[in-house]
Amino acid sequence: MEGDLTNLGAYIGAGLACVGMGGAAIGVGNVAGNYLSGALRNPSAAASQTAMLFIGIAFAEAFGIFSFLVALLLMFAL
Amino acid sequence: MAAENQSLEIHPMDQFIVKPLFGDGPLMWYTLSNTTLWMFLAVLACAAFFMLGTIRRADIPGRGQMIVELAYGFVRNMVESVAGRDALRYFPVIMTVFMFIAFSNILGLIPASFTTTSHIAVTAAMAVTVFLSVTILGFAKNGLGFLGLFWISSAPMPLRPVLAVIEVMSYFVRPVSHSIRLAGNMMAGHAMIKVFAAFAGVLGVGAFVPIVAISAVYALELLVAFIQAYVFTILTCVYLRDALHPSH
Repeated sequence: MEGDLTNLGAYIGAGLACVGMGGAAIGVGNVAGNYLSGALRNPSAAASQTAMLFIGIAFAEAFGIFSFLVALLLMFAL
Repeated sequence: MAAENQSLEIHPMDQFIVKPLFGDGPLMWYTLSNTTLWMFLAVLACAAFFMLGTIRRADIPGRGQMIVELAYGFVRNMVESVAGRDALRYFPVIMTVFMFIAFSNILGLIPASFTTTSHIAVTAAMAVTVFLSVTILGFAKNGLGFLGLFWISSAPMPLRPVLAVIEVMSYFVRPVSHSIRLAGNMMAGHAMIKVFAAFAGVLGVGAFVPIVAISAVYALELLVAFIQAYVFTILTCVYLRDALHPSH
């Protein structure tokens, strides 16, 4: 039973680490929403900026990925 | 850890187990496994896509040729607009990366198949290759001027050392986020489909609800498979641009 207690802590920590993904969700939504509002104001410039949209999403998502990484490490590498 | 919980009939993580193709021997680096098989199939599908598409070239393209031209133009435009005209020299390798990831992702969506890109080992190999080659290219093209990437000359002088530390850290974290983004997205989507599939097995008559949900998630996964290949490639282009033009 002693070993289970460390596992308990790791599982709770992994679950808590996933909360960080919510921040990434807010960031990605912010990027996409602002792109859409900008694109609706000036539709002619929208097509040239889709690459920037995806780069922005990728960078915003990176920090959610780090929290996912922490969760993975707690689950499998501890 | 995965096999302890037997409450679901289909365990969502079982699909990611790497198995040898022949027999039950230990997995060595030379063992033919399901990863090897599906990677090979992805390469084969890529080659078939281009060869069958361009086998009868015509001025008015047929369906196959049209799709090939679409893919070619799409990646070429991306390289040119993100990394600049002088990056077109490296267009073949970027096209290869894009097609390989796109085909691995889409082949992984076939039921009972294996998604090679859901393994961090596979994506990390690609991301580290991109990282190392871009770094070497940056030093080869610009010499020590490549270090100007970390020294932001538009910032106020007292801030520059602080920013340099942050820039160096973010530079070395690149392969981590680059690889885990692709693997994580692929793994999460496929695990989600399997979780819904397990619900369908438990619910009996009410199974049509998860089955409808699976269909919707599957369509989303098709989009994600393409977008993640696109994101991986566009980030490669961004890193390439930094290597070719390091000054801010």
